[in-house]
Amino acid sequence: MSHSVELQDVGMTFGKTRAVGDVSFTVEGGEFFSILGPSGCGKTTILRMVAGFLQPTEGKILIGGKDMAGLGPDQRPTAMIFQSLALFPLMPVWENIAFGLEARGVAKAERRRKADELLKLIALEGYGDRMPGELSGGQRQRVAIARALAVEPQVLLLDEPLSALDLKLRQHMRAELRALQKRTGVTFIYITHDQSEALAMSDRVAVMSAGVLQQVGAPRDLYDNPATPFVAKFVGETNAYPGIVRAIDGKTASIETAHGTMRGRAGPALAVGSKASLYVRPEALKAASVDNAVAATVDRFDFEGAFALIHARLPDGAPLVASVGSLDFADAPKPGETARFGFAPDHAVVLADG
Amino acid sequence: MGDVFKRFGGGLGTVFTALVLVWLAGMVLAPNITMIDYALRPNLPPSAIGGDQDVYSLSNILYLAGEDVHRAIFFKTIWASALVAFITFVVCYPIAYWLAQNATPNQTALVLLALTIPFWINEVLRTLAWYILLAFRGPLNEALLAIGIIDAPVRWFGDTGVLAGMVYAYILFMLFPIYNAIESLEKSQVEAAKDLGASTWRIHARVVIPHAKAGIATGCVFTFMLAAGSYVAPALLGAPGSRWFTQIIYNWFFEGGNWNRGAAYALVLLVLCLVVVLVTLKLARVNLTDVAK
Amino acid sequence: MRASDVIRNALFALYFVAFFAYLFLPLGIMGAATFNESRFPTVTPWQGTTLQWFNELWADAAMWQSLWTSIIIAFFVVLVSLPIGTAAALVLTSLHQKARGPLYAVMVSPLLTPGVVIGIATLVLWRQLGVGGGVFLIVVAQSSYIICYVMLMIAARLQRFDRTQEEAALGLGASKFMVFRRVLLPFLKPALIAAAFLAILQSIENYNTTLFVRGFDTPLTVYIATKVRTGLTPAVNALALIMITASILGAIAYEVLRRREARRKANLA
Repeated sequence: MSHSVELQDVGMTFGKTRAVGDVSFTVEGGEFFSILGPSGCGKTTILRMVAGFLQPTEGKILIGGKDMAGLGPDQRPTAMIFQSLALFPLMPVWENIAFGLEARGVAKAERRRKADELLKLIALEGYGDRMPGELSGGQRQRVAIARALAVEPQVLLLDEPLSALDLKLRQHMRAELRALQKRTGVTFIYITHDQSEALAMSDRVAVMSAGVLQQVGAPRDLYDNPATPFVAKFVGETNAYPGIVRAIDGKTASIETAHGTMRGRAGPALAVGSKASLYVRPEALKAASVDNAVAATVDRFDFEGAFALIHARLPDGAPLVASVGSLDFADAPKPGETARFGFAPDHAVVLADG
Repeated sequence: MGDVFKRFGGGLGTVFTALVLVWLAGMVLAPNITMIDYALRPNLPPSAIGGDQDVYSLSNILYLAGEDVHRAIFFKTIWASALVAFITFVVCYPIAYWLAQNATPNQTALVLLALTIPFWINEVLRTLAWYILLAFRGPLNEALLAIGIIDAPVRWFGDTGVLAGMVYAYILFMLFPIYNAIESLEKSQVEAAKDLGASTWRIHARVVIPHAKAGIATGCVFTFMLAAGSYVAPALLGAPGSRWFTQIIYNWFFEGGNWNRGAAYALVLLVLCLVVVLVTLKLARVNLTDVAK
Repeated sequence: MRASDVIRNALFALYFVAFFAYLFLPLGIMGAATFNESRFPTVTPWQGTTLQWFNELWADAAMWQSLWTSIIIAFFVVLVSLPIGTAAALVLTSLHQKARGPLYAVMVSPLLTPGVVIGIATLVLWRQLGVGGGVFLIVVAQSSYIICYVMLMIAARLQRFDRTQEEAALGLGASKFMVFRRVLLPFLKPALIAAAFLAILQSIENYNTTLFVRGFDTPLTVYIATKVRTGLTPAVNALALIMITASILGAIAYEVLRRREARRKANLA
């Protein structure tokens, strides 16, 4: 089993700017763990602290149970894949892959053997003597991974390595990364601002915003049970309706909004009389529901292929987005029509405003 | 040339082409060709010019080969210039690397500006500063005596003084090309190498220096050429026993009165520099187009 | 912080201080010697503080004459090298990639030619034509390589020029001359100013080339070098001190302007 990575109250301050504060989570050994957040949220800072390029100003980082304080990147059982990949352009592919072994004083023949073995693993046999510039984007990606794996790291740190690829290739590489991680059993910590990437690949995801950890959980869990308004809005599409909590009945909360009282599951730390918002996903909104519903006029019908998005407006102008599967297009309201959009209370969540 | 006329039209196109022609033909090629012509002719009194003695020969160049003192000075100029290039490189590399990779933008701007200050005043004054510093009863000797490193003043003037003055005078010609080259190296390249466990030495040997090769070659070529062609440093900081090749050339022109032989010596110096330039660029696999950017 | 990092940082700090001491101490000593009463410029031994060398500098008519000669030379060098360097850069960047390489090699060759050789080659050519050394030849010899610097600076600026601007202007009915005057020249203006500045510095600074073509004229660098032979006094140091001070003030002014500009841009963004 690969090493776990544990962050205990980690913080990082650059001059007067606090980039990251009080972050604690544990990545289990052999897990594919993503850190998701918009640019500038502190996720890259966390990755660079784990890698050893930065020393945290507060808290501790443990890898495999060992405190990493004071250790540089060359002394940690981690390897990093850079956003730019950082392949060495003047070295052939095999020397790139074997660079870490060269640094450890491994003999040349052995380096070559190991490089060829890794080239086989990433399905680039026979590419060893090419230069990085002669490879395609996806191939360069795989070489960067092989180069990191060559030093047999316990933890692989990936800094948005797919962001430079086009959509098709990116989707392909997601599957490949996931498969590679399962095959090698190495702990992956993956940084991304692309929520679909994080949801598709990861065992668990940590969501960050403005240097603060919002929530850690399995992808499905984050989507269904967001713990904070930020997670509700950032992970997936959602409709948000602010109001005042009027009643909490077991697991269900009633919230009085500008569009009437609505019901949804009660989020954590919710109090009657406090300000909160109700969040409901487009796919949970059904036209022609009567109960727990709002009336809205359809503006636009955006066809997306397998589904379509209905963009509508509530009487006060607030937006509403609902999605319909392609099989149900015929029954969906048309632009100009007014319909009632409702949802099961179980499919919505009420969260205290942060 | 068609492109020039197409872009700027007949009038401007003609003016531009003519200006370039005046420069390259009149100010670069013609002088050098005349110099070669001089170098290959014997030194004759005016009456004999055009006579049967006035024939092309290599005698002026062969004279250099046969003159022991001149030949020795020529070779000393070569290796001393190479030494200047090497020392300048060693002195500049760390600061160039720091400026290009580690310093904040404000630090870089400030240090680069500070570096240029000594170069706003002229080469003679820069050399003069060393003339004062290295004088027999000058501050350097006094300071070293005071610390107790030496027991008696050292005569710095001579080859040591010339080398020190030259390294000082040409430092920017090394620093800027290396800085520019390292600046274009992505920071993550160094980080990746470090992350993979490479030592500082290996990072520079395998990643930074190969990347900065063109800049290093450019810097070396410039400092070598400037050192080999310098007159002021040996004139001020040299001693009678440490003559420089340029001084011999000067003497042929203004003291020996044999311009033909002087031109031949200058030609040898020119060829030497061209050979050094081409060989260095070839070794570093750099195009001439990448030089002087 | 690892122990090895601490040692490395300390070593670098030491090197950094040594590097700047190496760069500025000689200049500092040269400047300080201005105030020493000693007839030979030095700071050891200190024979008493005086301002008399400034008076001496003021009274040194030959020095002022040589400075004036240098300024005249620099003026004409700018006059010659700015148009030719600009033309060279324009011709170079207009050509196709293939033709560019060899022409570029020829154009930068004067930079790779030792200064004394440039002086000698110019001298022998013009002797054939019956013209001896003097201000005219100094201007010709200096320009022949200073044009390279101008060409490089203008060419660097031209690389950032979007040629579709020219097409747009032509499409609006402008003549090719008008495109040059109203579109290209204004774009090149900052580079032209910088190039003129560099040309002046290069011209005033030059010694190795000038020495061979000076004839009986004496520009500043030659004057100072001759002084070393014929009797150097701290009056020369006073001159150096004035030039160093001017350089530092110039550098500070430049930095203040740069920061102000950076702040203005940051505010706009």
